[in-house]
Amino acid sequence: MNQAISTHRGRLAWRVPSLETTAAWLLAIVWIFPLVYAVWAAFHPPAYMVRFDLLAPLTLDNFSDAWVQAPFARYYLNTFLLVTGVVLAQFVVCTLAGFAFARFPVPGRDVLFMLVLIQLFVFPEVLIVENYRIASGLGLVDTITGIGLPYVASAFGIFLLRQTFKTIPRELEEAARVEGCGWMAILLKVYVPLAKPTYLAYGLVSISHHWNNFLWPLVVTNSVDSRPLTVGLGIFSAPETGVNWATVSAATLLSIAPLLVAFLLFQRQFVQSFLRAGIR
Amino acid sequence: MLIHNADRRMQIYGALLLLPAAVLLGTFAYLPTVATLINSFFLPGFRGAPPEFVGLENYAMLVEDATFWKVARNNLLYALGTIPTSIALALGMALFVNARLPGRGLVRMAYFTPTILPMIAAANIWMFFYAPQIGLFNKLLGALGLSGVNWLGDPGVALTSVIVMTVWKEAGFFMIFYLAALQSIPPELKEASDLEGTSRWSFFWRVTFPLLMPTTLFVLINALINAVRVVDHLFILTKGGPNNATNLLLYYVYENAFSFFDRTYAATITVVILLVLAVVATLKFTVLDRRTHYQ
Amino acid sequence: MNARFSLVLGKLSKANRVGAATVAGLLAAGSLNAQAQTELTMYYPVAVGGALTDVIDGLVAEFENEHPDISVNAIYAGNYDDTRVRAMSAIEAGEAPQLSVLFSIDLFDLLEQDAIIAFDEVIETDEEREWLDSFYPGLMENGRIDGQTYGIPFQRSTIVLYWNKDAFEAAGLDPETPPETWEEMAEMAAAVREASGGEQWGVMVPSTGYPYWMFQAFAFQNGHRLMNEEGTEVYFDDPAAIEALEYWVSLAEEHEAMPDGAIEWGTLRQNFLEESTAMMWHSTGNLTAVRNEASFDFGVAMLPMKEQRGSPTGGGNFYLFKGASEEELHAAMTFIRWMTDPERAAAWSIETGYMGVSPAAYETEALRNYVEEFPPAAVARDQLEHATAELATYQGGRVRRALDNAVQAALTGQMSPEEALKQAQAEADAALRRYARSR
Repeated sequence: MNQAISTHRGRLAWRVPSLETTAAWLLAIVWIFPLVYAVWAAFHPPAYMVRFDLLAPLTLDNFSDAWVQAPFARYYLNTFLLVTGVVLAQFVVCTLAGFAFARFPVPGRDVLFMLVLIQLFVFPEVLIVENYRIASGLGLVDTITGIGLPYVASAFGIFLLRQTFKTIPRELEEAARVEGCGWMAILLKVYVPLAKPTYLAYGLVSISHHWNNFLWPLVVTNSVDSRPLTVGLGIFSAPETGVNWATVSAATLLSIAPLLVAFLLFQRQFVQSFLRAGIR
Repeated sequence: MLIHNADRRMQIYGALLLLPAAVLLGTFAYLPTVATLINSFFLPGFRGAPPEFVGLENYAMLVEDATFWKVARNNLLYALGTIPTSIALALGMALFVNARLPGRGLVRMAYFTPTILPMIAAANIWMFFYAPQIGLFNKLLGALGLSGVNWLGDPGVALTSVIVMTVWKEAGFFMIFYLAALQSIPPELKEASDLEGTSRWSFFWRVTFPLLMPTTLFVLINALINAVRVVDHLFILTKGGPNNATNLLLYYVYENAFSFFDRTYAATITVVILLVLAVVATLKFTVLDRRTHYQ
Repeated sequence: MNARFSLVLGKLSKANRVGAATVAGLLAAGSLNAQAQTELTMYYPVAVGGALTDVIDGLVAEFENEHPDISVNAIYAGNYDDTRVRAMSAIEAGEAPQLSVLFSIDLFDLLEQDAIIAFDEVIETDEEREWLDSFYPGLMENGRIDGQTYGIPFQRSTIVLYWNKDAFEAAGLDPETPPETWEEMAEMAAAVREASGGEQWGVMVPSTGYPYWMFQAFAFQNGHRLMNEEGTEVYFDDPAAIEALEYWVSLAEEHEAMPDGAIEWGTLRQNFLEESTAMMWHSTGNLTAVRNEASFDFGVAMLPMKEQRGSPTGGGNFYLFKGASEEELHAAMTFIRWMTDPERAAAWSIETGYMGVSPAAYETEALRNYVEEFPPAAVARDQLEHATAELATYQGGRVRRALDNAVQAALTGQMSPEEALKQAQAEADAALRRYARSR
């Protein structure tokens, strides 16, 4: 064996990665298995939940059961409104604030900026109790606005856009000014277009975050009118209801499908976005 | 004079730009933080009575509350259980995917996919695995002739089960940061070390790992925050049970505020969470930012 | 706009149109009808399996057809705890529902939060007073305090024993004879376990979800009540209670007839249906779902006895909320009376397995025929004479949680039953003191 290694160095070099490859693939299979399993459970009759038979009959009944047992159409609409609303509002608010931090000599700017950064740690989930009181004082309980509003002034968004705006050369700004642009026009014509990749990255991260968010929406929604998918799914599949597992699997897939499909189609953009947004 | 005026206008303009964010942050971050602190000194009013100021009584109750200590300990174990494991796995995944590997794209996708699932959905799926008697894990164990484990019902195992699921959910997310960092390591370093005949193992520990240090710190901070903030899966998997074996701080806050209608005690626990986060924030702003110089 | 809501509106306007057309001469009546539309909002829970939301939606639609002047927005909000949280949160947000179905034992919490009013304040006529007395007294226990009625029984249950006759037969037991006593249950369960070669468990008593409820049954069978009527004291560490918990633990530890650790409330029905246990204790609210899905012969019996038979009642009551206008309260009363009327109560019982809430319900033809054809449907009712009020106190959430934890700690072997119950007693006392302190 020893001899084999020393005399066939080339083959060893080839063989060692193959061990790695096996490990990498095994881990990948373990990692994707839960999702594959959910797909299996959702597309087969309940009797095949733990019986794996390639010839098991396929069915869409679980999906239609889930669809009629809970108002998923409404949940989709709510989630869609929530996510678009939050992301657009974040873009506006964070752009303005990021711009101010990057370009304007606001007194006490650094202190203010540190204050903003604190929100990276003191996020709305931790403050559910008080935020709930505030939301109810503002009449925002059980509204989609109420779910989204605490997240609109995102420290993270402000931070990202500030960093991006700071890298944009002042000469471009001067050129626009020479053409007679005011601050708003400069922001819209120079800064915003050049920050497109940041918006894309931040937008994707924010979409996935709000699509998946649960605790605050759970606290602040009361009815089908405002419940997003995650909360609807949580209520639907709470073990108390004793709902059939195959149906729960179908409901789970229904809730994650749009984001999952988008991810599979635009994998690279997603990964890049998470990366850009994360690395800061 | 003219210049001074222009400066002043800039300042006002800038302040106006900050206004929407300031109002929102004030309403949903600073005001509630202060209110939490204030409320922790009151008793909730029952039957419509006004809340009563009791000084530190809630904190005294907290100190004597065995459940609180158990929950705090759980949260610590949860952090210790999830963070090193998911960081190690994330690093391993990144190394795998960074190397030449057949089907690299598929493997990377497999690692990353759990990241984009809602925690609630992930918990639903894992619920099928963990269910006693009829769940998948126990059916598999049964097929191997082993007796099943009560994954979520046995207090000795339940927290570990929750941790395993969390690691599955998080590792892929951390992987991408390592991957990016690995790709920024100049290939010359590797070439040089190959010439010197350094083994892959020692190259990793002596070159790659130290170079990845800022990433590790960054991931660590994120993981710490998540260990405090994400409790969604408890709503599906265990509701904090059995006997609080899987209860975490934020879930305990939720219970006190919304199940027990004791908002002021919930506020008291929230103050503790805020203190923990303050430590994490200090760690980030002092240690991490000094190393990465991103400003 | 909410899809369901617009559906309701559509239906109503159609009803109005039809009404206006048929009573063409009575224009005044038509406009009165359109004008006096009262809108009600109610939250309701589902705690056991089956598509109960469909049943409720169907009932509401039927009610609205019969009462075009009232529209009811019925909101499903999860289990009992979730529903209480949602209703309370709506109140805090100034959008109090006019009525809701909530846990019968939420009475004290709702009073503590100053959220509900007594039916006595709304009731005017003798006929209505009689209606108040038309329900099973056992089901009113959790809804009355200081001579005032706050809760009207709706989705009410007791715990019953479901047993798999096929499994009994396979174990050489008489398939028609369920266990009568604690000893018998332990023996029979152990027999099933042994006969199946460890493939099948003998009995499962759920210990998540509502462990205190199951424990209350054991304690009451042992002749012990866990709380006083005023909801201000609990007696968890009484020797009779400790003995009850010891018996529960012994089912797994000593008799090896029940799995170790916590048994999940939500998946237990599935376990029974998959025949992984021969007996289960569960809410009678599961009955119809079990009947529909069981692929084997099963029976339903009263719980076994020690000193006496016994089960706590359980489930949801209708409550009226503060802040509703007089008109809304009357509309709510109309709806509640309609929902609990004997015919409806009978239909609801048949659809779900929950009890018919009044003796009159069991005298309806529908339920009489059903019980004749399917005798298990009457077990919960028959058990009612041995029933006790469900554990209800002030600070109910904390007190129940303390007991839940004790039960789970004992069942999972973390503490002895005695230690666990002593700890629960201390925790419950502390919670009750905190309430008394601020009162």
